[in-house]
Amino acid sequence: MEEIISCEDMAFSYSHENEEKDKKIPVFEGLNLTVQKGDFVAVLGHNGSGKSTLAKHFNAILLPQGGTCTVVGADTRDEDKLLLIRSHVGMVFQNPDNQIVATVVEEDVAFALENLGVPPDEIRERVDDALELVGMSDLKLRAPHQLSGGQKQRVAIAGIIAMRPQCIVLDEPTAMLDPRGRREVMETITALNKYFGVTVVLITHFMDEAAACKRVVVMSGGDIILDDAPKRVFSNVEKLKSVGLSVPQATELIFELKKAGYDLPLDVITARDCIEKLIGILEEQGVS
Amino acid sequence: MGIIRTENLSHSYGAAFKQSAIDCVNIDIEKGGFVGVIGHTGSGKSTLVQHFNGLLKPGSGKVFINGEDMWAKPKEIRKYRFQVGLVFQYPEYQLFEETVYKDIAFGPKNMGLSKEEIESRVYAAAKIVGIGEKHMKASPFELSGGQKRRVAIAGVLAMDPEVLILDEPTAGLDPRGRDMILDEIAKYHEEKKNTVLLVSHSMEDVAKYCKKVLVMNKAQAFMYGDVKEVFKKAPELLKMGLSVPQITSICMELKKRGYDISPDTYTVDSAKEQLLRLLGACKSGDTIC
Repeated sequence: MEEIISCEDMAFSYSHENEEKDKKIPVFEGLNLTVQKGDFVAVLGHNGSGKSTLAKHFNAILLPQGGTCTVVGADTRDEDKLLLIRSHVGMVFQNPDNQIVATVVEEDVAFALENLGVPPDEIRERVDDALELVGMSDLKLRAPHQLSGGQKQRVAIAGIIAMRPQCIVLDEPTAMLDPRGRREVMETITALNKYFGVTVVLITHFMDEAAACKRVVVMSGGDIILDDAPKRVFSNVEKLKSVGLSVPQATELIFELKKAGYDLPLDVITARDCIEKLIGILEEQGVS
Repeated sequence: MGIIRTENLSHSYGAAFKQSAIDCVNIDIEKGGFVGVIGHTGSGKSTLVQHFNGLLKPGSGKVFINGEDMWAKPKEIRKYRFQVGLVFQYPEYQLFEETVYKDIAFGPKNMGLSKEEIESRVYAAAKIVGIGEKHMKASPFELSGGQKRRVAIAGVLAMDPEVLILDEPTAGLDPRGRDMILDEIAKYHEEKKNTVLLVSHSMEDVAKYCKKVLVMNKAQAFMYGDVKEVFKKAPELLKMGLSVPQITSICMELKKRGYDISPDTYTVDSAKEQLLRLLGACKSGDTIC
């Protein structure tokens, strides 16, 4: 497998503004993380754990103060490689209203391509493809303010897709959406990963979203404390709770029953899994 | 007679839109309740709650606060703004004063209270949301996101409203920040015995904190009832684009497969108890098996 993002011994701290003393607030030190091509990684962590800071390193919005961050083979501190990095790693942020610049959906999706100097015919083709991919073709002539939050986020994602990046980094893209909007966005990025091999890094507070990824990275206090498949990460119920995170209710129920003395595996994250395991133990105990 | 009552309340935005944002809503919310308001985006929940403190004027129909018709004397609408406190989504963007103290004091000051009264209310409100005295002189903009939000909520609490309405108070917070804010509000409700309305997309939170739930769908009040009754309608809620807690869908399925588990279970604790009862009963050779 090919590495797309590689952080080695990375260090970063924010310097405190409006203050006389030279106070530095370290976010992380000696952080190591690699993301392989085609990966679908969730990054979990409480507010202030450093997840957004980390994400901003992935397309060189922030640069490491120690160690290196290598993205699509280029050191992010190499200014000549900035365009290369940004055209291969796109970012989607939390608030859709802050990301949409044009007054017509399709023009918004074309914005980055125009800036990159892509020929008009190709822009047309790429914009149509991208809107098709996120399921927004029917609304391409709408004004963005007529769209729902989930639809706006999909337009923002289309704008990134149109650049044909290898990787999309999403920083809490569903935080402001209702359940339906969240589902739309999750379905869109899952399809991008599954059918088009786009690498996805998803920063989220929602455990159910993380549970749907292939890999979960948990950050706390600037360190990566867990990094594994979702089932194995969520089986660390106590550790996750101790850093202010929660686990899916299915996992919590199994964990509580296990505590009460029943022999159950902790790697349960979905309702279906949980039902199966519960029926298993109920049958074993002879409850019909 | 409830504290908030609506009579055929309807509202539509602008003449160009034929579709109503809320359409003929009749509800009666009792004093002292802790009510969750759910519904997907565009169902009318924000439009509805903005009528409760007079930010929106009914297109037709009436809103009663403590039995008084709110718009009987439009000039007096301001008093309802103090009776019914509304915390918007992302309230931290509305902070504007130089210090945390001044920001929390803004509401009480506008109420024309004495200096002493303002001070005691500011400190009391800050205490409820867990903002310490050391932050009082700080600029609200130096605080963390979660702290800012708590200061914004304190600003509404300081007006000591009879009804507190919170529109998605935990959006964008991590699980710990979310629990902290909701625990504080639950405690405040417990102590003050006033009415709290919580607009939320999180069924888990509504199930955990609220006693009653108002479900808005397509501009109408679909149902208003106890949490248990509402989650019994899980299939209909799912059809509306809402979700039910994961634990509820697990228990519904177990019930369907013939196990003696209540399908309207909505907390992990309750599910655990029922399962342990089932499993334990077997161990002791009970007749359930």
